[in-house]
Amino acid sequence: MLRFLAVRFGRALLTVALVVTFAFVVLRLSGDPATLILGPEVPPEAIRAFRESWGLDEPLWRQYFSYFGAIASGDLGNSMRDGRPALELVADRIPATLALTVPALLLKIGIGIPAGVYAAMHRGGPIDRTVMLVAVAGFTVPSFVLGLVLVMVFSVQLGWLPSGGRDTWLHAVLPIVTMGVGGAAILARFTRSAMIEVLGQPYIRTASAKGVPWGAVIRGHALPNAAIPTVTIVGFMVGSLIAGAVVVESVFSWPGVGRLLVVAVSNRDLAVVQTILLLVAATMVTANLIVDLLYGALDPRMRRGAGQGAH
Amino acid sequence: MTPLVAISGLSVSFDGAAALHGVDLSLAPGEALGLVGESGSGKSVTWLAALGLLPPHAAVSGSVRLEGAEILGAPASTLDRLRGGRVAMIFQDPASSLNPVLTIGKQIGEALALHRGLDGRARMAEAKRLLDLVGMPDSARRLSAYPHELSGGQNQRAMIAMALAGRPDLLIADEPTTALDVTIQAQILELLASLRKETGMALVLISHDLGVVAETCDRVAVMYAGRIVEEAPALALFEAPRHPYAEGLIGALPLLDGPRRRLTAIPGTVPDPREAPPGCAFAPRCPKAASACAGAVPALTEVGPARRAACFFPLRSTPSRAERKVTA
Repeated sequence: MLRFLAVRFGRALLTVALVVTFAFVVLRLSGDPATLILGPEVPPEAIRAFRESWGLDEPLWRQYFSYFGAIASGDLGNSMRDGRPALELVADRIPATLALTVPALLLKIGIGIPAGVYAAMHRGGPIDRTVMLVAVAGFTVPSFVLGLVLVMVFSVQLGWLPSGGRDTWLHAVLPIVTMGVGGAAILARFTRSAMIEVLGQPYIRTASAKGVPWGAVIRGHALPNAAIPTVTIVGFMVGSLIAGAVVVESVFSWPGVGRLLVVAVSNRDLAVVQTILLLVAATMVTANLIVDLLYGALDPRMRRGAGQGAH
Repeated sequence: MTPLVAISGLSVSFDGAAALHGVDLSLAPGEALGLVGESGSGKSVTWLAALGLLPPHAAVSGSVRLEGAEILGAPASTLDRLRGGRVAMIFQDPASSLNPVLTIGKQIGEALALHRGLDGRARMAEAKRLLDLVGMPDSARRLSAYPHELSGGQNQRAMIAMALAGRPDLLIADEPTTALDVTIQAQILELLASLRKETGMALVLISHDLGVVAETCDRVAVMYAGRIVEEAPALALFEAPRHPYAEGLIGALPLLDGPRRRLTAIPGTVPDPREAPPGCAFAPRCPKAASACAGAVPALTEVGPARRAACFFPLRSTPSRAERKVTA
């Protein structure tokens, strides 16, 4: 178990390092922060001075190593725009993003999983077809389109809810719903197919044959098995809690991490972009690690690693 | 004597395609009945339908009485009490018939809780006793094992222990040995036979293997394309089959003693239920088919003491056949 954890943790660190490297290289190849931040009209001396002060005049490999050295000592650099530490800047925005993504995640799980289970239990019937129709619509419509439609209906036409900003809790309703609907649709489809697969297994018939009432067959025999594939998708959703709201935050002018990322990328505010990407990679990798551990808890066949079971 | 189970006119169709055409079958208390036939002949469907275990899109009609009480279409609560209680069923592939995420002890314990109201330590003690009864080695440790940690034979023993948990009057074993090695097959069959002797329960052994049935059962019903085509005491059937299909099945078995001979195969395959011929379903494959066979379905009628066959031209017994001894 300890070895398993050590290997997984090592792999997780490697993944994060790769993401950071990729971000570092792409950002530096895709444009010059000096001209973007200072504007095109500044004299060349100012640009040179800016580059020197941020170390941008050094060769790329030296910048890369000093950057990694700094990360290792906990320094993620400062924003080129206002000089504040990038980590502080990003950390300031995290609560706003979580205020959207956490309720949205609960909405996805709260609607998606029961809808999928219910549809699977009534496979082929009108309920199943309705759920699946809504689910297909839910995940084929991009979130910015759905967001704009919701704004048109609930803000412009009905005037019930604000269309953007973050002043009251009412402002959070539309962005949360926008994110929740798409995710619930994806989760409903996955849960449904996992559940249908499980309900067709011989052990479900065995449970019925020994007199287990149908409700208990679903709860005690089908759900624990269907949970295994479903956890993967939920894990992915947990992993995108920090960065999953880029589009929706932009549509609803929500001052979260996603909007900060958009602004920082267009300004080539290197330290900020890299900090956000590092954070995203870290959450994603952590979520994956938790999913791996959950597999072991949910499925005894995974506990001793592959190749040791009877099958 | 009231039969333990009396099935009459049991018909099943899946989306319009008939899988069973009015099956009549009865079973005395403590009796061992073999049900043989090719895949798709309706052996398993008969008992899954009787216990209400078919998927909801299956249309089931007819009557199934358990000691006189109708159970076909009975409310779910009645069926739940009966399934695993008075009538238990075990299946072909024990590895996939046990829930992979629950321990053996938990799965046996569930049946004990449902049908015997046992809980806590008493439940686990009884589960262990049942595992001992079915010859599970190292039973105490096996209680906390998962199905993937056991062999096929051990899993089938666990399935049987689970089936015995409700002290059933009838155990339906649906191809219990098909997925197992030959040596394990023999052990499981022996176990079923000895358990029947000890507990006095009736046994229905569903198999496509005549040898398996011959060893274990008192009486045999042969099914073909959703109908029973012959029913007879086991020995009498093997000595002198009256239906050409039963004769074909027996002709395909090798003899352990006696002269070497070429095994005969039944030409053709079981008809698709959607394209079943209007008359006798076996007629297209039958060496003795006449024009009458294509016109109407022969009824299952008395052809001797305790023997029934559904054929317009039932076979006469021949001396050479009577000498034959069938062995697995």
